[in-house]
Amino acid sequence: MKKSILSLCLIGGIFSVLPAVAGPEEDRLAMVKYYSDRFPDVPMQEFANGLYAFDQSAREQWIEMEDFPPYEIAIDDGQVLFETPFANGKSYADCFDNGGIGVKQDYPYFDADAGEVVTLELAINQCREANGEKALAYMIGELAEIAAYMAYTSRGNEFAIQVPLDSPGAVAAYSAGKQFFYTRRGQLNFACSSCHIQSAGLNLRADRLSTTLGQATHWPVYRSKWGEIGTIQKRFAECNSQVWAKPLEAQSVEYRNLEYFLSYISNGLELNGPASRR
Amino acid sequence: MRPILMLSLLVLLTSSQYALADEVPLNEDAIERGKAIVFARSRGNCLACHAIKGGDLAGNYGPPLLLMKARYPKRADLRSKIWDASVREPTTRMPPYGRHRILTEDEIDLVVDFIHTL
Ligand code: HEC
Ligand code: HEC
Repeated sequence: MKKSILSLCLIGGIFSVLPAVAGPEEDRLAMVKYYSDRFPDVPMQEFANGLYAFDQSAREQWIEMEDFPPYEIAIDDGQVLFETPFANGKSYADCFDNGGIGVKQDYPYFDADAGEVVTLELAINQCREANGEKALAYMIGELAEIAAYMAYTSRGNEFAIQVPLDSPGAVAAYSAGKQFFYTRRGQLNFACSSCHIQSAGLNLRADRLSTTLGQATHWPVYRSKWGEIGTIQKRFAECNSQVWAKPLEAQSVEYRNLEYFLSYISNGLELNGPASRR
Repeated sequence: MRPILMLSLLVLLTSSQYALADEVPLNEDAIERGKAIVFARSRGNCLACHAIKGGDLAGNYGPPLLLMKARYPKRADLRSKIWDASVREPTTRMPPYGRHRILTEDEIDLVVDFIHTL
């Protein structure tokens, strides 16, 4: 561990690469610097590919899998769902900027009127409910398929999450997400940062740990272990469970704040979802 | 006479303590049981993070566990590390097996018996 990094540790036993007092942009730049120092041979955009950015043998299998991407059906099904009008004749396109095409780089955003973070999945359900349709389940299924199609139309766009510094609500939501990320939980007593910052690139058994930078660019993900496509908050729940912590509900305030923080950190990287992971 | 007795008692006492700490021949059975806890995924699962002689598919999240007796001459220091590494190292990534009751006190003793042989 380098000295300059150690000296940035927060008090209270949590290792942080982030300055104790800093805005979102300082946080993002500190992350970029930390990972560039730690993985000098990995080009910036490669971090969007998670552990495949540095695990050569896993990468080869992944590239082979991408010949027949397992998420392709979800994109097709999602497109059909996206284009099918609601009972009232309106459709998803009416709820989003640009008819919902190529908009994922702006999600999550902070809705100042409602005083909360709105993720793409939440926005999809808000659209349904505004048009008299029932909300869909959040982690898998039709909602993940619609999100997969919307992600697909946004490929190549740069993540552009906004945390307006003149919006106390937005800054507070971002800070709450950041705090969640650095808080130890579960009987095994890990913070997200224990694994994805302090231990990025190391192996937990056979799993090489991905970097926080780039973790939000490629959702939803078809995971071989799941055998289906799922949203990023399904992954949050899984990462909480594996440290024997009780996972929170998908789209809980805490997970939305966490997603807001995590997404901001990937600002500037190109979206590359949906993706496949083992 | 008296002071001499006291002194020899003291010597006896300290030397027996010393023996307890380091020289009691370790019980093979305890070592085997400790090893089983260390390797079991649902118990210690130490291989998730540490390379350990005799174990497969180890991670490298933590350092390889070797030369333990040389590095931890005092059994109590090794036990304390496993009980709660954050006492010495606040930013540790090692789970607090004792403080969070991931293992029982007896299990931790067995784990220490085994780890101390590495
Ligand atoms: C005990 C270790 C551990 C902790 C703690 C942990 N994770 Fe993970 N996480 C993993 C492993 C293992 C994987 C699968 C390998 C990988 O992609 O990093 C993973 C994967 C992920 C992924 C998917 C990466 C990708 O490329 O698709 C995200 C996102 C993620 N974690 C976020 C979090 C968040 C947020 C937290 C805290 C709430 C957290 N993790 C806590 C071990 C952990
Ligand atoms: C999830 C990861 C993880 C697991 C599981 C784990 N450790 Fe560790 N352990 C670490 C890390 C990381 C360190 C490095 C020092 C630190 O961060 O405090 C460490 C350090 C140690 C040390 C000190 C090594 C040295 O070189 O001084 C011992 C001894 C140890 N662990 C024993 C165990 C035993 C026994 C188990 C299982 C009962 C275990 N560990 C399970 C992560 C882990």
